[in-house]
Amino acid sequence: MKAPIKWLSDFVNINVPIKEYTEAMTLSGSKVEGVEDMGRDIEKVVVGKILSMERHPNADKLRICKVDIGSEVLQIVTGAPNVKEGDYIPVALVGAKLPGGEIRLSKLRGVESYGMMCSIDELNLTKDYLPDAPDYGVYVFKGTPELGADVKDVLDLDKVVEFEITSNRPDCLSIIGLARESAAVLGETFKIPKVEVKEEAGGDINDFVSIEIKNPELCYRYTARVVKDVKIGPSPEWMQRRLAAAGMRPINNIVDITNYVMLEYGQPMHAFDLEQVQGRKIVVRTPEEGETIRTLDGQDRELDPEMLLICDANRPIGVAGVMGGENSEITEKTSTILLESATFNGSSIRRTAKKMGLRSEASIRFEKGLDIENAIPALNRCAQLIELLGAGKVVKGVIDCNCKQYEKRVLKFEPERINSFLGTEIETAEMVRIFKSLEFEVDEKNMTVSPPSFRNDIVELADLCEEIARFYDYNNIKPTLLSGKESMQGRKTYKQKMEDVIRNTMYACGLNEAYTFSFASPRVFDTLNLAKDHPLRNAVVISNPLGEDFSLMRTTTIPDMLKSLSTNYNRNNPEAALFELSYVYIPTDGKELPDERETLTIGMYGGTSDFYEIKGIMEELMEAMGIKEYEFRPEKEEACFHPGRTAKLFVKDKNNKMVYAGILGEIHPDVAENYECPNRTYVAMADVAVLIDASTTEKQYKPLPKFPAITRDLAVVVDAELYVAQMLQTIKQEGGEYLEDVDVFDVYKGAQVPDGKKSVAFSLSFRASDRTLKDEDVNIAMDRILKGLEKEFDAQRR
Amino acid sequence: MKQQLEAIRKQALDKLAQISDLKELEEIKVAYLGKKGELTRILKGMGALSAEERPIIGQLANDVRADLEENIANTRARLVREERDRKLKSEIIDVTLPGKIRAIGKKHPLTLVLDEIKDIFLGMGYEIAEGPEIELDYNNFEALNIPKNHPARDTQDTFYISDNVVLRTHTSPVQIRHMQSNKPPIRIICPGRVYRSDAVDATHSPVFHQVEGLVVDKGVTMGDLVGTLQAFAKSIFGENTRIRLRPHHFPFTEPSAEVDVSCWGCGGVGCRICKGEGWIEILGAGMVHPNVLRECDIDPDIYSGFAFGMGVERITMGKFGIDDMRLLFENDIRFLRQF
Ligand SMILES: [Zn+2]
Repeated sequence: MKAPIKWLSDFVNINVPIKEYTEAMTLSGSKVEGVEDMGRDIEKVVVGKILSMERHPNADKLRICKVDIGSEVLQIVTGAPNVKEGDYIPVALVGAKLPGGEIRLSKLRGVESYGMMCSIDELNLTKDYLPDAPDYGVYVFKGTPELGADVKDVLDLDKVVEFEITSNRPDCLSIIGLARESAAVLGETFKIPKVEVKEEAGGDINDFVSIEIKNPELCYRYTARVVKDVKIGPSPEWMQRRLAAAGMRPINNIVDITNYVMLEYGQPMHAFDLEQVQGRKIVVRTPEEGETIRTLDGQDRELDPEMLLICDANRPIGVAGVMGGENSEITEKTSTILLESATFNGSSIRRTAKKMGLRSEASIRFEKGLDIENAIPALNRCAQLIELLGAGKVVKGVIDCNCKQYEKRVLKFEPERINSFLGTEIETAEMVRIFKSLEFEVDEKNMTVSPPSFRNDIVELADLCEEIARFYDYNNIKPTLLSGKESMQGRKTYKQKMEDVIRNTMYACGLNEAYTFSFASPRVFDTLNLAKDHPLRNAVVISNPLGEDFSLMRTTTIPDMLKSLSTNYNRNNPEAALFELSYVYIPTDGKELPDERETLTIGMYGGTSDFYEIKGIMEELMEAMGIKEYEFRPEKEEACFHPGRTAKLFVKDKNNKMVYAGILGEIHPDVAENYECPNRTYVAMADVAVLIDASTTEKQYKPLPKFPAITRDLAVVVDAELYVAQMLQTIKQEGGEYLEDVDVFDVYKGAQVPDGKKSVAFSLSFRASDRTLKDEDVNIAMDRILKGLEKEFDAQRR
Repeated sequence: MKQQLEAIRKQALDKLAQISDLKELEEIKVAYLGKKGELTRILKGMGALSAEERPIIGQLANDVRADLEENIANTRARLVREERDRKLKSEIIDVTLPGKIRAIGKKHPLTLVLDEIKDIFLGMGYEIAEGPEIELDYNNFEALNIPKNHPARDTQDTFYISDNVVLRTHTSPVQIRHMQSNKPPIRIICPGRVYRSDAVDATHSPVFHQVEGLVVDKGVTMGDLVGTLQAFAKSIFGENTRIRLRPHHFPFTEPSAEVDVSCWGCGGVGCRICKGEGWIEILGAGMVHPNVLRECDIDPDIYSGFAFGMGVERITMGKFGIDDMRLLFENDIRFLRQF
């Protein structure tokens, strides 16, 4: 809401410096977003009158003028083609400050010029503010302003304060509302000049029109006046300037007056051409089956049964609170108008405006719920201005259909509860003073307060507390710390602690933490090479997304990881290692909300990264989370991964079942290409909840061995395709009680190993807890192991 | 013979004084003290001596032997020391060359700030509550005193899944879930990811992070809120930080406030960071609206509480001087490794 200071000053004295004013308003809750000082940077610019003009002897386009500025006559050289003798023009004197710089005594082609005539551009003004200004050239005043007068005064150049008005204070979407707040903040008195309507047209409004409200739940009050002998024309300069300063474009006197009253009183008004109102009847109702309306903007509007219409005897002539109908629009030919000042159900207006895509200054006021007692004063102000501007003659009388009589709210006034809620010690008398300055009625005998009709937001104790607090100043409330209350222990849950373990393990493994958006494009499933019926394609859809790329909630984090890696790759970062801890969103049948699965995603390329590095990180993670039983199973089917370099991770859950926990491997070269990632890109993804379920923080100390171990190496040749994990299983089975540990220390293909075969070398260590083992003990075990490998895998000792 | 012994002593000592490695030392030791050494050779001639001379020469021979042994030991120590010194000297490296990095991964700046905020409130006895990002309209709005078609919905551009399901616009629905399943006293913070329909630019992102806090108990005052926020601001922005509360309106709190902290760039005198204001807005806060308490079956005549909420991105950008929010979600390794 833009409020020109001079307009506010019609209702309250603002005689403090602007900075002090805006700060006080901000600290009492009317947040000032900015101050536009229209006369800023304009100094020593005065009204002058051109007495004479001569051609410049040395320049065709320049003229030498004698300009009377009251106190003296100046010689000024101008190139402006639009001025003539007798014009009143703004003159920037020598030493004047303009937004473009300072004016100096100058010589133009040998002739001295003691100032400059100004265009509106040079004064930093717009045609919205001065519609009569020429597009190019010097501004020429209308009439005969006083010579030598400061143009800031003549042009009403004002300071305009822009307030952020919160949705609970529709009353402050008006000059009067802000003047009220200003008065309370500054300790000044607030006064509305008396509004008198002369009703020069006489007659009786009831002879002109009747009004019926069919939906009192949607229209609380409908008041109207009739104006005859309407003369459409421009509104006076002062009104145009105030409207422009407040951000509204002047149109014609009737529209301007209704807008002016809306800004001043906060009550939107509408004017109908009464001759177009069929049956001389206004009916406020919801649409009938199949009804439509063409609104002022020429659009045909579909109507739904919940929308409120203003109708005449036969048809809709306006959408209540949103926009008038074309059929009853004010035109040049209009001679009788009906002025509407009404209050509607805010939610209904909001719904309709939103559905029609027509949010206007009027609808944003209506939708917040207006003061029902403001309708008639605003209507009268409107009539008064019509008379004042000679825009028409007001018919005697007001029609007032009031379906929802205003009831004064009476609240208990409990100073000690207010103080104990705020943690303050404010005197009752001070509270009374604050309430009264806000036009609350205070009954100190019965200890009650009643908010004024325009304060619909005040309904209970907490609201009263806020009023007291904001005028006491929040910053005067003494800071205290929660104390003397039941002490509480702050701690993380097991899940939160495990998330810390995961993060810390990732950092320790050299992975940098990434954050990506939770959205997905429907195209990612194709770029991931997923089958047409792949379950991950079933995603939560956003009904009003920011665009197709952000239209789904992601079901997999792989695309975002690949995008991040690709960003690094394309920026020539030779290697990158990232992880992210975030969520995917899996729709669940029969449930309104999807399953949000926390996901650990790892991605890397370059440097030392290969399959075994990313697997090593996962193994490190298993160790850190206390997951003892897990296995990596080869995976050949997952479309976005390399079929020969991918594994699925299974962990043993609380029910001793091996369950799927994640996948890791090299990204399929096709997919890597789709994402512009390097050929060898590695990604792992794990379901955090599954990992946490299998995890433990319990640790048990095992005594250090007292007896030495015996180590043996064993190299065997087996089929190249055989998984080492299978051999390890056999070795462990056959190794007996003394086998303590097996390591794979070499896998070799090539010379000395037949084609289709590989050599695998193990290092085995044996130990007994109660004695030093003898070679014979170990030989027996080694024999068993070798026999097992021979039998199972046709292994040949090397 | 006496002269002979003295000559051996002198000769040996002279040699010992000059040698510079252990091998020579061993040779000298063998040459003089060994079984076939000089001293032995001379002592073998002892038999030719008179009975008076024998003890004297014997004594002298023992002296010489002891003297040589001691000197050999000393020389050995000297040589070992010299050799150690030589070795150390030969091993000098340029310690000003860059270190070899065992690169550990870096915390994302958002995590750094989130962790710091969590630590502060854990220390003040808060628990960390969590909830879903895709939420019921009821939890995100209605239970928070924002009915359907309420104008306050305008301030939060919402992504809708359906009429009843939204992407949460704040973490307040976690407060609702918590209050509906826990009785006071309640003291929680709710960190998490939230969504608003803002196009991506240097200062906006449709996905961002919030931390909200909620306290409900008997006798909680607005002074407690002010004190808590002050303690928090000093903790995270430094001991000299001041806060300023401005009355505002949120449907779920009453009274409500927007909270500024004194500018971290200039301390409050005005600079580019604070656009000359001296203050930077970082928080919304207020006393929990009685309607919200009632919705959660908590009697506002018995209990009161406060709530606050802050944007993690904004604080992170301020703390680290990051001027473009997009950097936080690009994951360029050169950016991430700076934290
Ligand atoms: Zn600053």
